[in-house]
Amino acid sequence: MAAKDESKKKVKKKKIPRTPMPQQDPKVRARNFKEVATGYTEEDALLEASRCLQCKNPKCIKGCPVEIDIKEFIKLITERKFEESLEKIREKNSLPAICGRVCPQEDQCEKECILGIKGEPVAIGRLERYVADREFQRLSDLDKECVYLDGNHKCTREKVAVIGSGPAGLTCAAELAKKGYRVTLFEALHKAGGVLVYGIPEFRLPKDIVQKEIDYLRSMDVDLKVNMVMGKILTIEELFKDGYKAVFISTGAGLPYFMGIPGENLNGVYSANEYLTRSNLMKAYKFPECDTPIMKGENVAVVGGGNVAMDSARTALRLGAKNVYLVYRRSEAEMPARNEEIEHAKEEGIILKVLNNPVEIIGKDGWADKLRVIKMKLGEPDDSGRRRPIPIEGSEYNIDVDVVIMAIGQGPNPLLTSTIPELKLNKWGNISADQETGRTSVKGVFAGGDIVTGAATVILAMGAGMKAAASMDEFLRTGEW
Amino acid sequence: MFKIVRKKELAPDITQFDVEAPLIAKKALAGQFVVIRVHEDGERVPLTIASYDRDKGTITLVAMRVGKSTALLAELNQGDVILDLVGPLGEPSEIENYGKVVCVGGGVGIAPVLPIAKELKAAGCHVVSIIGAKTKDLLILEEEMQEASSELHICTDDGSKGYKGFVSGLLEDMLQKDIIDEKTSKTGFSKCWAIGPAIMMASVVQVTKKYDLDTIVSLNSIMVDGTGMCGACRVEVGGKTKFVCVDGPEFNGHEVNFDLLMSRQQIYCDHEGICYDMYQEECKCKK
Repeated sequence: MAAKDESKKKVKKKKIPRTPMPQQDPKVRARNFKEVATGYTEEDALLEASRCLQCKNPKCIKGCPVEIDIKEFIKLITERKFEESLEKIREKNSLPAICGRVCPQEDQCEKECILGIKGEPVAIGRLERYVADREFQRLSDLDKECVYLDGNHKCTREKVAVIGSGPAGLTCAAELAKKGYRVTLFEALHKAGGVLVYGIPEFRLPKDIVQKEIDYLRSMDVDLKVNMVMGKILTIEELFKDGYKAVFISTGAGLPYFMGIPGENLNGVYSANEYLTRSNLMKAYKFPECDTPIMKGENVAVVGGGNVAMDSARTALRLGAKNVYLVYRRSEAEMPARNEEIEHAKEEGIILKVLNNPVEIIGKDGWADKLRVIKMKLGEPDDSGRRRPIPIEGSEYNIDVDVVIMAIGQGPNPLLTSTIPELKLNKWGNISADQETGRTSVKGVFAGGDIVTGAATVILAMGAGMKAAASMDEFLRTGEW
Repeated sequence: MFKIVRKKELAPDITQFDVEAPLIAKKALAGQFVVIRVHEDGERVPLTIASYDRDKGTITLVAMRVGKSTALLAELNQGDVILDLVGPLGEPSEIENYGKVVCVGGGVGIAPVLPIAKELKAAGCHVVSIIGAKTKDLLILEEEMQEASSELHICTDDGSKGYKGFVSGLLEDMLQKDIIDEKTSKTGFSKCWAIGPAIMMASVVQVTKKYDLDTIVSLNSIMVDGTGMCGACRVEVGGKTKFVCVDGPEFNGHEVNFDLLMSRQQIYCDHEGICYDMYQEECKCKK
């Protein structure tokens, strides 16, 4: 009888549709830098949480690179225990407000959700964001900050260094601090957060949210040192001499690639890294209120099809461009960007120029004036499994532009790795490290995130930071390498 | 936060700061630079390290007031702090005993030439230095350059001190007199460093090409992070794209595309004007 009731309940639950995310109207948001998705209300969150089947064997958890106890945190939402729900997430994830926003849930936890087989999966990411935002809001209303263990946590164990304060570094630092290690977190820029502050735009990830997550980490007794370009100001060798017992390198993918076509050094041609760093980290979108300038451009072409390309295109639109073209050599189906980002970009009026590949940037008086592209068609699948783009001879044409942004990928920055001769790198310059433990070819040196994998996602980098922290703990306890 | 321990006006609108930065002072070498930021909404500005004192833990920066950021810097006094300071960045100068060398510094470019001349002399080189400015009041670090060089020559555009004309003119006269091989026009100099405005470096390079004299220039392109992350500073050297911040700032002057450098230096001219005008208006209002 009880089993029957249970199954009835499940049937009923399936009928509740996935709660949509409230969003700014596309026409309005395309001209402002405020967050696109405004977040669930309490009502939305309770309704969405009630859709969860509370599976005996929850597959969603296995889909999460840091294995958050998703089932439990959602259950706590249904019980309106929001603070406890956030604590449950934080057991595994130090950056819930960030992950709730930028994780590709559709390829991870939500992909595994049973409800997704016949209908739509539970909106796990939106719920994660809700509980994190709710707690920030509650504390801010009380004029309080989010603090780990009421600020009573003191680290007393061995000294460890984490280099790079992006998602991998922040996670690793938090995990090590929780275990009581004295962590120094080194950052090259003047602000911590790595790609979360210089790369991902305000309208997708508000910087005050990132700051709150970082403040929370600092409350774990993590010593953050900004303006430290490691390899230049201090070497790994010096860190060890200075008493650090282990080092985690998470310097990211911070070297912009260019296509190598004529005209790429013309004025008005940017790497996506530069364009986004100016706008995000330096707040050039507020120029002249903030001092760093950026070329706004009337006709902007962004080259590439990944999330960075989408971020650049949507930033250009918000800076006031009339036409923003997204030039991609394959078709829309092959774009590596998240579907949600592509949809958002299209809704906002970004013009997709797919199966188009730039061959030259034509200048006028030193400035980019026209982007010359060649049309492409798709051939047989290549090594990446995607259909190979083939140029159609004689199909070249010009697009009027004044700003061109190259978003064709980023590589590992060699600034630090080149100062550690014994450190093994792969042929692209990424650090060779064990995927499970983060161990490198140098004793006591661990690595993770984009510097190991090449440009990937925030949550994968966090997963690497987490695994490395566990492995560093083991190394520090046993001394075994 | 980096404390200014000494401030000195070197010339109208050119100021020298000794700044407490022990870790940078420990590592800094001639030819390297730092990036500074003076307030929360400020730009990141690259400045070459003019000197360093490892014992005192200070570095010396020299900046000319050209826009809002440098104006704000110029307003700081002894005891004030620079919000952000990061370095040492870039590759250091390759210092060794080259025999007879010539170091050319123009305008505020004399500041970065100073540590190079010093270290070259210490390495055993015979250092002939040429420094120049528009007029004698704008000539900086004369005494220090005198001490750092085996011979010092001065030029001013208006002839108010020393040779009347550009540094490239005086250099050409000097090289002409020093030819040791008539066929190749090779001179007794084995290397030249030239640092100053792009146009000055371009004219020096034109001269030294004639005399087949290896010439190192230090490029002052626009930067953001200064660590190879953005590519704002890209230049063309020997037909290849290079990043000034990590591949430089010093390059073989004979291979640098100066037209491109000068064109790229102009990208934000209008923006900088707007920013500076607004700042000056604000200053007037305050007064």
